[in-house]
Amino acid sequence: MLDGASDGAGRMLGYAASILAALILVSMALTAPAVVDGRPVLFALGWAPSLSISLAFMVDGLSLIFGLLISGIGSLIILYATGYMGEHPHFARFVLFLFAFMVSMLGLVLARDLITLFLFWELTSITSYLLIGFDHNNPRARRNALQAMLITAGGGLALLAGFILIGTAAGGYDLAQILAGPGLQDGNLYGAILVLVLLGAFTKSAQFPFHFWLPNAMAAPTPVSAYLHSATMVKAGVYLLARLHPALGGTLAWSVTLATAGAVTAVLASVLAMRQSDLKQVLAYTTLMALGTITMLLAGAHPYALTAAMTFLIVHSLYKASLFMVVGAIDHGTGTREVAQLGGLGRAMPLTALAAVLACASMAGLPPMIGWIGKELIYAGAETMTGAPFVAAVAVAANALMFAVAGIIALRPFFGAPITTPHQPHEAPWQMLAGPIILTLGGLVVGVLAQPLLGSVIGSALTGSLLQDRAAGLHLWAGFNRAFVLSLLTFTLGIMLYLMRARFAALVDPVVRRLPSLDDGWDRVLDGLRVLAAWQTRMLQTGRLTAYLMAVFAVVALALGLTIIRGRPEIAVELPRSAFLWLTAIFTAAGAVLALNTHSRIAAIAGIGTVGIGVAVIFIYAGAPDVATTQLMVETLSAVMFAIAALRLPGITERRSPRRQMAHGVVAVTTGLCVTAIILSVTASPLDRSITSYFEENSYALAHGLNIVNVVLVDFRAFDTFGELIVVLLASFGAYAVLKRKRKAGP
Amino acid sequence: MNSLILSVGARFLTGLFLLFSLFVLLRGHNSPGGGFIGGLIGAAGFVLYSFAAGVEDARRALRVDPRAIGVWGMAIAVLSGLVSALASLDPFTGLWLILADLALSTVLVFDIGVYLAVFGAILTLVFALEETV
Repeated sequence: MLDGASDGAGRMLGYAASILAALILVSMALTAPAVVDGRPVLFALGWAPSLSISLAFMVDGLSLIFGLLISGIGSLIILYATGYMGEHPHFARFVLFLFAFMVSMLGLVLARDLITLFLFWELTSITSYLLIGFDHNNPRARRNALQAMLITAGGGLALLAGFILIGTAAGGYDLAQILAGPGLQDGNLYGAILVLVLLGAFTKSAQFPFHFWLPNAMAAPTPVSAYLHSATMVKAGVYLLARLHPALGGTLAWSVTLATAGAVTAVLASVLAMRQSDLKQVLAYTTLMALGTITMLLAGAHPYALTAAMTFLIVHSLYKASLFMVVGAIDHGTGTREVAQLGGLGRAMPLTALAAVLACASMAGLPPMIGWIGKELIYAGAETMTGAPFVAAVAVAANALMFAVAGIIALRPFFGAPITTPHQPHEAPWQMLAGPIILTLGGLVVGVLAQPLLGSVIGSALTGSLLQDRAAGLHLWAGFNRAFVLSLLTFTLGIMLYLMRARFAALVDPVVRRLPSLDDGWDRVLDGLRVLAAWQTRMLQTGRLTAYLMAVFAVVALALGLTIIRGRPEIAVELPRSAFLWLTAIFTAAGAVLALNTHSRIAAIAGIGTVGIGVAVIFIYAGAPDVATTQLMVETLSAVMFAIAALRLPGITERRSPRRQMAHGVVAVTTGLCVTAIILSVTASPLDRSITSYFEENSYALAHGLNIVNVVLVDFRAFDTFGELIVVLLASFGAYAVLKRKRKAGP
Repeated sequence: MNSLILSVGARFLTGLFLLFSLFVLLRGHNSPGGGFIGGLIGAAGFVLYSFAAGVEDARRALRVDPRAIGVWGMAIAVLSGLVSALASLDPFTGLWLILADLALSTVLVFDIGVYLAVFGAILTLVFALEETV
C-alpha cells in the first residue's frame, strides 16, 4: 500500500509530513521561554528501573537549539523532497524513512537518559542507512549506505561501552545528575570513557580518520544529503561532545584530542573541497570542514570558544541545508552538477541564484549574514584556547578556503556566459525554493538581529547545558579587535585562493593522489572479513554430524577436565553392595559394548536403548520414579525415531580411518571419565539442603502438592518449564520444517 | 508393518496408553506423574498406533493436526500463567479453587498445557519422520 500511492497521494503525504514537522517546530519553540528562563522541560517514563534506566527526556538550551534546527529544517526538507521527487514510485516510503530519521534525531537530542540517548543514536544510524541506500538498485548507493552504517554503528558500540562506564562511574544514567555531579575527569575510568565516547562521536561526526564515509554518503538523494549533512546525523557527534563537555571536558587529553582531530579534519576537508568538480561533493567536504571546526572549538573550555561552537553550528546548518537544496535545484533544472558544465544560470533560475548567493555569503562569513558573526566568534574563541596560535591559524586557513569554495558555488554556476546544459535550465518549483529562501533569509535576519533572536537561546545553552558562567555576545560589530583583523586576512587569502583556484588544484592534486586512500582500505578490510568468514565457516561447519558431536563432547571434556584439574575435588568411591545394582550396571555396560561393536544399525539402537533403560532402572532404585518414567519414555521414543531413520540407511561399514576412530575413542573415554569424576565429587561433598528443605516445607503448604518434583515443575518453577516447552515445540517444528522441505526438494 | 498381533494389539494398547497418560497427568500433583510424563506416554500410544496402522490412519484417528495440539498446549500454558495477572499477582503464580474434596487450580491447567505441548511436539516430529523417511 505504501508504494502503490499515486503521485497525488504521495504529494499530499509529503505536505502532511512537512506540516507535522512544522508543528513539532512550533511546540519546540513554545518551550523556549521556560528554557531560557532556566527551567528545562522534563518528561520521564520508567523503563527498566532495576537497572536505573528510564525513558527520560528534557528540553534545555542545547536540546532546544538542536530540536529547532532538526524540526525546522526537517519540515522544509520534506517539502523540498515533495517537489524534488514527489513522483518517485517509492516516495511514500521515502517520506516514512525521512520522518523516522527526524524523530530518531529528536529523541537523540532530547534524551535525558544515556541509554535512551544511545537507543536513538542507533536508530539514526539505521534510518540513515535506509535513506543513504534509498536508491537501492544502485550498487554504489548500497555499498556506501552500508559503509556509513558500519562505521557509525561500530562507533555506536564503543559509545555504549562508554556510556555503561559513565553509568558505573557516576552511579546512574540520568544525564541531569551526571552533569550536575562533580564531573568524571578525576575518576580512574576517565581514560577509557574518553576514548570510547570520542570513538562514538568522531565516527558519527565524520572526524579524521573516520571522515571518508561522509562524501560517499552523497550517493543519497539530495534531500537526504541536505538533511543528514547539515543539521542532523553528522551533528549528533557534535551534540554529544557538547552535551558531555561539563562531565568530560576541560582536561588536557580532551582539548588536545578534539583540537587535533578537528583541525586535521577541517584543513584536510577544505583542501579536498577545492579540487572537487561535483557540486555535491564540494558541499560534502565543506561539511567535514564545518564539523572539524566545531569539534576544534569544543576542545576549549572558555565561554567564547563554546559560544562560537554553538553559533557556528547554527550558521552551518542554515547555509549548508540551503546550499544542498540549491545544488539539488540546479541538478533538477539542468541535469548536471558538474561545475565545469554550469554557467550563466542566474537568468533562468533567479530565485535559486539569490538563495545560493546569500547562503554562500554566510558560508564565506560576509556581513551582515550570521556567518560573519560565527566567524568573528570563532576567532575570538580561538584566542582563548590552549594552543591559541595553532587554532587561530587552522581557523584562518579553513575559513579562507571556505571563502574560495563559497565563491565557486555562488559565482560559477549562476554568472558568466551561459553554458549549454543537458536540460534547458528552468527554475525549480515552489516547494524546492521555499526551503533555501526561508533558510537564507533566516540567516540574514538572525545576522542583523543576532543578539535579540539568538542571544538568549545560546545563552541558556551555555549557562544551562554547558555550565559556563556566561555566554559571549553576538554582535555584527564587536569593535576593531584581533578577530576583525583575522577576518580581513581571511578575506584577502580567500580572494587570492579563489582567483588562483586552478593553480591551487594543480598543486594539491598530485599530493592527494599519492596519499593512501582510506576508502580503498575499507574495501580491503571488508574483503578480508569475508574471506575470514568463509574460511571459518568451512572449518567449523563441515555438515557432518560426527564432527559436530566430536566438537561438543571435546568441549565438555575440556571444560570438565580443567575444572577437575584446577579444583582437585574430593572423590570418594563407594562401591554399591546391592547385587541388583551390580547386575544393572553389567546390563547397561553390555548395551554400550553392543552398540560399539555391531554392524547393524538396529542392533546399535537397541544397545543404546539398553543403556538408557539401565539408567532408568537405577533412578527407580534411587527413589526417583518421576525421573525414571520420563527417562523410560524419552528412551523409548528416541529409539523409535532412530529406528525410523535407520531403516533408510545402509549398515555400518568400516570406513573410518583408525586414526579418527582413535580420536573418537579418546574424546568419548575422557568425557565419560570426567563426568564420572564430577558426579563422584558432587556426591562426596556435603549437600546444601536449604533449597530442598524449602520445597519440602512449602510444597504442600503453598502449592497443595505432595509430589515435590511435579510441584517444582508446574508451580515453583513454572516459568522455567514454560521455557522448556518453547524449546521442545520449536525443536519439533524445526525438524518438521527440515523434513518436509527435504521431501519436496528430493527426487 | 504387517503384523496381525501388533495391529490388533495396538488398537487396545493405544486407548490404554491414552487413558493411562491422563491418569498420570491428573495424579501428578501428589504422586509420581504430571503433564510432561503424561504427554510422553500419550504420544507413545499414538506412535504405536502409527506403526500398526500407518501414519495416515493415525492422523485420522487423532483428528487434529499434532502441530495445532502443540500450539494449543502452549497457549493454554501461557493463559494459565497470565490468569494471576487478574489478581495482580506475578505471572505463573498458582491460583486455587477448593471445593470440598476437589482442588482446582491454574497449576492444573498449566500442567494440561504442558501435556498437550509435549504430546503435540513429539507426534509432529515422529509423524513427519515416518512420512518422510
